[in-house]
Amino acid sequence: MYKIRLFAVKHARFFEGLYAAVNPAIVAVLKGVDKIFGKTLDRPITAMEAGLKGALFDCKMCGNCALSKTGMSCPMNCPKTIRNGPCGGVRADGTCEVKPEMKCVWVQGWDGASRMKTGDKIKNIEFAVDHRQQGKSTWLRIARGEINADGTAVREAENV
Amino acid sequence: MSDLALNTENYGTNPGDPLPRLEGHVSHGRFERVLKAGHFAVTTEIAPPDSADPDEVLKRAAMFDGYVDAINATDGSGAHCHMSSLAVCAILTRIGYSPILQISCRDRNRISIQGDTLGAAALGVTNVLCLSGDDVGAGDHPEAKPVFDLDSISLAQTIRTMRDKSEFLSGRKLDLAPRLFIGSSINPFVPPIENRADQLAKKIASGAEYIQSQYCFDMPVLKDFMARAQDMGLTEKSYIIIGVGVLPSAKTAAWMRANVPGVHIPDDIIKRLEQAEKPKLEGRKICAEIMQQVKEIDGAAGVHVMAYRQEKWVGDVVKRSGVLGDRKPWSPEDHSTSIGTVS
Repeated sequence: MYKIRLFAVKHARFFEGLYAAVNPAIVAVLKGVDKIFGKTLDRPITAMEAGLKGALFDCKMCGNCALSKTGMSCPMNCPKTIRNGPCGGVRADGTCEVKPEMKCVWVQGWDGASRMKTGDKIKNIEFAVDHRQQGKSTWLRIARGEINADGTAVREAENV
Repeated sequence: MSDLALNTENYGTNPGDPLPRLEGHVSHGRFERVLKAGHFAVTTEIAPPDSADPDEVLKRAAMFDGYVDAINATDGSGAHCHMSSLAVCAILTRIGYSPILQISCRDRNRISIQGDTLGAAALGVTNVLCLSGDDVGAGDHPEAKPVFDLDSISLAQTIRTMRDKSEFLSGRKLDLAPRLFIGSSINPFVPPIENRADQLAKKIASGAEYIQSQYCFDMPVLKDFMARAQDMGLTEKSYIIIGVGVLPSAKTAAWMRANVPGVHIPDDIIKRLEQAEKPKLEGRKICAEIMQQVKEIDGAAGVHVMAYRQEKWVGDVVKRSGVLGDRKPWSPEDHSTSIGTVS
């Protein structure tokens, strides 16, 4: 859904608002769901998140969602999965060094961030992802208090 | 800067021995000494051989004797296999050179990288350059698995954690922290040009104490970038060394521009090479001119000469440019002080 992804970055301000409004609601619902059902509904919930974020952002379900801090451009679409980009290989027309048919995820990210209210978060350093979380639902992780609401790992905040 | 006592006492009896760490310095290395003494530094790049012969490394390094303050040992550049950066550095430190260990995130995960970081420091390496690395598809083993566990910024943070907190990322304590001068790279010449200074700020915040840039062939873009960096106070926080290149011909320049990721060469440079009677000489003249212009920029701490397959000309362009002034960087044969001859 490359085109929708580009659309999401172009309208990062709107998606930021949507995200800010919907995310706490989803997390609140999931907190309730978690209390009643425990882990039994993890698979459909994760599939739902993957479907929705996949369609909108080409989400790769890294389980360390940073969209609100990367201009609504998913960094896991970067062939080098750089979390603090861009790298130095961006082509003159702003496309990716590895995939010339794709706009650089991080050129998009900085552009999206410039449209966002809290876009300055892109200037903060994101430490490397926790690979154990691959395929897991970020929403459930927030609901269960494993990570903070803004997606930062609890351990990371102490460590770096 | 007066803490740099320019005498032989700072220098060990065996060239491979570590220098004493000066006050306010993070490393034992002479590269940090040169920069912190306020000298305009010159660094270059050694092409690691496709060979198991250590003499080949020393032969290649000797070409730069007396012209450079530090030598970068590339880490599988362009995703091609060569002798490892760590091994090249270890060979160079034995006789006193100040190599810069390049660490790319492409081939190793955080476990391997932290192990190599300790090993490098143990082998006398005092400088690292943190890079993301070229994609595997660019090299001669495109079927290899790209690792990219860390990125260059996470990598700098990792090494800083090891050095300053004396612990691994896991929090496990080190008995002796690696004393490394941490560097990172920047490319001000490709999009998003308006955000490159912000990216530089992130690199510095992650721990980069010096920066080596991608090839500069476009002075106006560089000047804008440096002005911005200076406005943001970044030139105070980090030594910014500008990459310069020796182009042998218009054809090579055009090829590099089209095929080497991140290389930006304006048309007028290519035209100048095309019209020159002696393109090779012209390429060196262009390089020397850019070096001179870089030296004039506020906040530029040095130049990094990249002369792939033109290494024998590095000395010539450095001499031609005059950026060293009366200074002669340290070399194995000739060293009146720990950092070379300063008159």
